Amino acid sequence: MTKRLSESAEIIQEKLERILPTVTKPGRYTGGEYNQVVKDWQAVQTRVALAFPDIYDLGLPNLGLAIFYEALNDRPDVLAERVYLPWLDMEAALRSAGVPLYSLETHHAIADFDILGITLPYETLYTNTLNLLDLAGIPLLSKERTAQHPLVIAGGHACYNPEPMADYIDAFAIGDGEEVFHDIVNVQQAWAKSGADRAALLRALAQIPGVYVPALYAPRYCADGTLAGVEPIEASVPRQVLKRVVGQLPPAPTRFIVPSIDVVHNRVSVEIMRGCTRGCRFCHAGMVNRPVRERSVAEVVQTIQTAVKQTGFEEIALLSLSSSDYSRIVELVEQVREKVTGPHLTVSLPSLRIESFSVELMERLRGGRQGSFTLAPEAATDRMRNTINKPIQDQQLLETAAELYGRGWPTLKLYFMIGHPSETLEDVQAIADLCLEVMAVGRKAIGRRASLHVGVSTFVPKPHTPFQWVACDAPEMIEAKIQLLRRALRSPGLKMNWTDPRETLLEAWLSRGDRRLGEVIWRAWQHGAKFDAWQDQFNFEAWQTAFEESGLNPADYTHRDRAEDEVFAWDHISPGVSKAYLLDEYHASLEGRLTGDCREQCYACGILPQFAAMRRQLPKSAWFCPGGDPAKA
Amino acid sequence: MKRIRIHYAKTEGLRYTSNLDMQKVWERALRRAGLPLYYSQGFHPQPRIQQACPLPLGLLSRCEIVDVWLEDDTCTLESTLKALQPALPTGIELLKLEEIDPAAPALQKLAGSADYDITLLDPFPVDELERRTAALLGAEALIRERRGKNYDLRPLVEDLAVVPGEPLRLSARLSVRDGATGRPDELLAALGLDPFGARIVRVRLILAEA
Repeated sequence: MTKRLSESAEIIQEKLERILPTVTKPGRYTGGEYNQVVKDWQAVQTRVALAFPDIYDLGLPNLGLAIFYEALNDRPDVLAERVYLPWLDMEAALRSAGVPLYSLETHHAIADFDILGITLPYETLYTNTLNLLDLAGIPLLSKERTAQHPLVIAGGHACYNPEPMADYIDAFAIGDGEEVFHDIVNVQQAWAKSGADRAALLRALAQIPGVYVPALYAPRYCADGTLAGVEPIEASVPRQVLKRVVGQLPPAPTRFIVPSIDVVHNRVSVEIMRGCTRGCRFCHAGMVNRPVRERSVAEVVQTIQTAVKQTGFEEIALLSLSSSDYSRIVELVEQVREKVTGPHLTVSLPSLRIESFSVELMERLRGGRQGSFTLAPEAATDRMRNTINKPIQDQQLLETAAELYGRGWPTLKLYFMIGHPSETLEDVQAIADLCLEVMAVGRKAIGRRASLHVGVSTFVPKPHTPFQWVACDAPEMIEAKIQLLRRALRSPGLKMNWTDPRETLLEAWLSRGDRRLGEVIWRAWQHGAKFDAWQDQFNFEAWQTAFEESGLNPADYTHRDRAEDEVFAWDHISPGVSKAYLLDEYHASLEGRLTGDCREQCYACGILPQFAAMRRQLPKSAWFCPGGDPAKA
Repeated sequence: MKRIRIHYAKTEGLRYTSNLDMQKVWERALRRAGLPLYYSQGFHPQPRIQQACPLPLGLLSRCEIVDVWLEDDTCTLESTLKALQPALPTGIELLKLEEIDPAAPALQKLAGSADYDITLLDPFPVDELERRTAALLGAEALIRERRGKNYDLRPLVEDLAVVPGEPLRLSARLSVRDGATGRPDELLAALGLDPFGARIVRVRLILAEA
């Protein structure tokens, strides 16, 4: 390996001495935190930079990167270091001093690593990703990179539609990353030894199950500009890339990096369960993370104990898409309370079902009533609830509210979504009415101390969900619905937050885009768009200009009804759930028909036949899919 | 209950960790060490950890002091040291531990003055620096503005001397009394130097006798 610039780290260090005192929160850019891993660059075969394309404060707590950081550094032949995006002042300082983006652990230039792994959990990180590559001095376009450049890979929820970022990423890892990351490293190592060219590396990567190499696929368009398909350009690659699944969740990370400055979540995070059986039709995570796998109570407790000892964190978060559905939730809460929580540790358990029992659970867990309590009804009329497949009863919500206000929580947070398919102003009025009823319940229980925070987001028809055929609600309608809620929800103690509809629009374009979006993203970034997820940095004009210059109509991506045989930009990526199942679910939504919890009964989403061989190797209880014969399911 | 005074050096690893964040750094290190932190009573119990006097962000120090209260009387200095050592992040180097009467006055009230070793990163004519130093020490008052308020820096500068050599250094003694703290970067600015163009180390902390 002759490309190493051994002196680069020292030069960077020297320049930082001048830069750091002049920027806000310089502690973001130094590394050196407790539990960081520093290895000898000469003693390993492969150097991996793990990137979260937003600032340190948000990136450090990211659980996905924590998993890879620990797993890769556990390998004696690999080192993994971290990189986040600098805030505006630091970016300007780095650019003017000619300092390339560097890793926190050893301050090596990112361009000197063998692999750059970028996590893309959401779409509004795309311009930041271009900025990250640019600051690192790595060619933005995959096709312009040579064997001298790092291999640029990406994974995370947004990558289930990889097309918008296809020009910039060499290989996408689809699905659970725990095993496939090692496969990618192994293939890269074999390639590095072989001395072959970069094209050979890409071909080899495309042979790994779950890896999508966009350079080996090409989109084809119809005369009217709609997509005809994304197809392999070489016979050796699969027509459809099926996501990777880990049959059983591997041991959870415990050596979390402890930041020396304040970040958004200062805590130990333990994923108690992956996947969800509820089947809410708008929910991307619920569709792509099947099947449901749980960690045992003993494993979770052991993980927390070890992690608290190794980090000293004062807060623990038990993460899942739906905590109440964890099969041994009561036992878990009891055990955690008994074995872990001293009086000075806080444990959070998000995503609880709307029922009085949730209040009891939280009370048992914390032994106190700090903070607020969050519930997500999403809709307020039975018609809407049947459409989105999230049935709850008003009565149940009101009882739960009464319970928690009564037991001493002063603040309740409720999340709703507007713009659901076929939603009318009456459905939205019902949200306001329900909130006012909840507020009244709170007042009755504890008087003026009661407060209610209402969060309103706007529906995006996400890829790989039953609503992928649906158009976004018209911008005028969204505006009218927000205004209705703002007018109706004026009451002391009641606070409403809503997402800027233009931000939702951007999220929709990016999540539904095809490969042509790559140029739009580049142009928007050229026009100054970055930190798109930051309200105060959001630059809608840059995006509008970018679409115009690219000759694309953004509404074609988001405000057009789709035929049932429509070819989507993400059809060549499979989350294991079949398109036929999604279409069935879409029909059910149009008929207002509910689909039950698939822990009780199998609705044949397609996961079991896709992963039948894997399932046969596992104990029957490993997946929370009922039914004995997976092939039939 | 036991009160233990920890003397430590703050080195590169924690150079950009603020005083407020140092509180958390200590809390977590003590928890990792398995030491029985003593918590305040009330609605929001906090571990009792008191730092002597704020070190401005970006400075290094060879003389930081923090007092920690432990629940357990059986902790000895030796056992505390042994537990603490592996639990510390890079950026804290332990110098000395001592047991203090829990009822002794707060460290903040004792802090009197501090010595700073200031290394200039850019070359500067030594005569000119000598001249400016003398002028500063001879001044009656040095009115400066910080966070929109005027204050007099002069009485906070107790001593100042140029240390000739390559690179050029300054040695300063500034007040760190509660509510009357002189900042080394302010001193540099008052001398007409770039406040960011120096490496500053706090080398000695002088406590008033209790």
